[in-house]
Amino acid sequence: MKKLSARRRHPLAAVVVLLLALAATGGLYAAFAPAGKAQADETAQSLAIEEGQKLYAVGCASCHGSGGQGSSDGPSLVGVGSAAVDFQVSTGRMPAQQPGAQVPKKKNIYTQAQIDQLAAYIASLGAGPITPAAKQYDPAGADVAKGGELFRNNCAQCHNFTGEGGALTHGKYAPNLEDVTPKHVYEAMLTGPQNMPSFPDSTMPEKQKKDIIAYLQHVNGEKSVNPGGLKLGGLGPVSEGLFGWIFGLGALIAVAVWVAAHTAKAKKS
Amino acid sequence: MSTADNSKRKAPAGERVADYFDGRLGIYSLAKANMRKIFPDHWSFMLGEICLYSFIIIILTGVYLTLFFHPSMNEVHYHGSYVPMQGVLMSEAFASTLDISFDVRGGLLIRQIHHWAALIFVAGMVVHMMRVFFTGAFRKPREINWIFGFLLLVLGMFTGFTGYSLPDDLLSGTGVRFMQGAILSVPVVGTYLSFFLFGGEFPGGDFVARFYSIHILLLPGIMMGLLVAHLILVFYHKHTQFAGPGRTNNNVVGMPLLPVYMAKAGGFFFLVFGVIAAIAAIATINPIWALGPYRPDHVSTGAQPDWYMGMPEGLIRAMPGWEINLWGHTLVLGVFIPLVLFPLVLGAIAVWPFIEAWVTGDKREHHILDRPRNAPTRTAFGVAWIAEYMVLLIGGGNDMFAQYFHLSINAITWFVRIGFFAVPVIAFIVTKRICMGLQRRDHDKVLHGRETGIIKRLPHGEFIEVHEPLTQARLHTLTAHDQYKPAELGPLVDENGVERKAGRMEKLRVKLSKGFYAEGNQITKPTVDEYKEIQAGHGHH
Repeated sequence: MKKLSARRRHPLAAVVVLLLALAATGGLYAAFAPAGKAQADETAQSLAIEEGQKLYAVGCASCHGSGGQGSSDGPSLVGVGSAAVDFQVSTGRMPAQQPGAQVPKKKNIYTQAQIDQLAAYIASLGAGPITPAAKQYDPAGADVAKGGELFRNNCAQCHNFTGEGGALTHGKYAPNLEDVTPKHVYEAMLTGPQNMPSFPDSTMPEKQKKDIIAYLQHVNGEKSVNPGGLKLGGLGPVSEGLFGWIFGLGALIAVAVWVAAHTAKAKKS
Repeated sequence: MSTADNSKRKAPAGERVADYFDGRLGIYSLAKANMRKIFPDHWSFMLGEICLYSFIIIILTGVYLTLFFHPSMNEVHYHGSYVPMQGVLMSEAFASTLDISFDVRGGLLIRQIHHWAALIFVAGMVVHMMRVFFTGAFRKPREINWIFGFLLLVLGMFTGFTGYSLPDDLLSGTGVRFMQGAILSVPVVGTYLSFFLFGGEFPGGDFVARFYSIHILLLPGIMMGLLVAHLILVFYHKHTQFAGPGRTNNNVVGMPLLPVYMAKAGGFFFLVFGVIAAIAAIATINPIWALGPYRPDHVSTGAQPDWYMGMPEGLIRAMPGWEINLWGHTLVLGVFIPLVLFPLVLGAIAVWPFIEAWVTGDKREHHILDRPRNAPTRTAFGVAWIAEYMVLLIGGGNDMFAQYFHLSINAITWFVRIGFFAVPVIAFIVTKRICMGLQRRDHDKVLHGRETGIIKRLPHGEFIEVHEPLTQARLHTLTAHDQYKPAELGPLVDENGVERKAGRMEKLRVKLSKGFYAEGNQITKPTVDEYKEIQAGHGHH
């Protein structure tokens, strides 16, 4: 020990220590890393990325740039994550048809496999929100009432009380949430597409997102019931006023005309 | 013997009952005076009945609702049968409205009838008012009744607004906040008024109970009084009628109250009730369960008032957000100016009869109605007012129009800002021209007869259209209206050569009168001589 201690200030001591440390790290890595499996994953992943890149070059690159770096026509996609790609492409919003106040929902022309490849490519550009798994957005067992409160607190300002949508400035709008799948609602909350703010898990935990989805399914889904009859678009007083004037007063005036036309006079033949 | 028996025999039961009540209430003379009271027949004379009946329906359903509604802002956790509200903290007012909707037998239907009837009631009043306006039925002796009707409309709007606020839901709470903002914008006293009304800071714990008293007691009480006065005056003045053969300013041609009008009006009540009940059974109105309870930190897009308050909403939405900050005080012009404009726009229609009476200087009674075309300036003003109202309604629903017609909300707001000034003027000019055109057509019809559409070729090759002379009755109807002469400024020098100064008001009156009735603002109706001359030449032209 004395010998070692005596040479600890030798000019080459640092080099020796460095070599020893490197050897130890390398050895430990070689011992513990699951080498074979990692390699197999790598190939499937890189294949998807490769295919995704081809799809990207055809459908997206003209606006978002050849490497997803963005251009004057479209934002950078570095770090938007696979969830954003899945939402935008599978709702048909991307690729966009034309520039405008807002890119509308339209028919999706990609298969889910292609969308996953695109998503894999974009995700490879930089880390971002990951496409959720089914158990993350499944609303079964979630608290509808809590979801309603959360919805009114965070969403109703733009999407209306029950998610019928609403207007924003200069032709932009918050879309109607009827028929939007739980997965897309979840992804939209996660990524904040277009004018929507994002609600990452740090501000709105997964459970709350599920509550909101459950609420939407309950009040504005396929199976939601309208106890009062026709809901007139669920838009409140404007559509009620129109209905009241046209069908309410209209019917009453028609009735008045009918009553007035029938007097006590003998019928003209 | 038998005759003596007969004379002693009791009168029939009906007669005895009638006699009992006549002895105590004097119904015989009342019935004698009114049973044969005549009402003219026209569908537009039944618009007021729609209002009367929907008002009755509102009262009946409203009484039922009061049995279950708790006008309290105490906070409770909901545990009724509506799942998406389970355990949510809400006011008792909101919880009891949910109970009415889901747990009270027939409650939801009654609620919907009440609310639909309210919308139809106010809409009916507007249409009824327009009928009275465009036919000139507001002229002497009916000016007071016109004002009563207008007050009923205004009170109806506010009764509706207070009722809409009672469930304490997110939509109406936003509306109440809107109203509170308007009150706050009043210089100097605004904050005091707001604190007085809400018993402190908004929303406080009082306003539902206070609005409840106003909604079920104060305003309907006043309305009931006005309504009775309105009807008494209709009886007293007798109903107006359209011009026609046999109809003069001194008679009423139509059917008697009993039995015809009793049957018709009674039946019409049930028809109105039936239509409103059917609508309430078909379509939801104000689904408060979907809106959620009011919390000042919550708000939803698409928050609008019921349609009759859409006009002030439009004023506020279109108004630029101007404000003046001086010496630590803020004058919110963006809210205060709309608040001032609201009664001015609404009241413009109410003061018209008095302006018209002043311009014409006419002190006669009028029981024969005008056809709208024969009063072009009045008709044009009425249409301009409606156009203004429509522009503001579009402004009030700008987000809906933006969303459903894929327009920019900003563009709609600018349309409303410009349209507020431009649309009534355009509507006025266009309507006046249409009225003049229709007057010209009547003029031609009277002189040359009706175009039959039969084309005749004469032996020398000329083509003419055969005109059929109008019947005497049609001729009478088309020429029965009075035409005013434009006023002239009286002589400015009297017989002694003393000059007199025409006052500013007098000059204004003459100017307006010329605008109403001078050449180019009405078509002089054909005279008998003109008619004879043309007919002598057997209408060939």
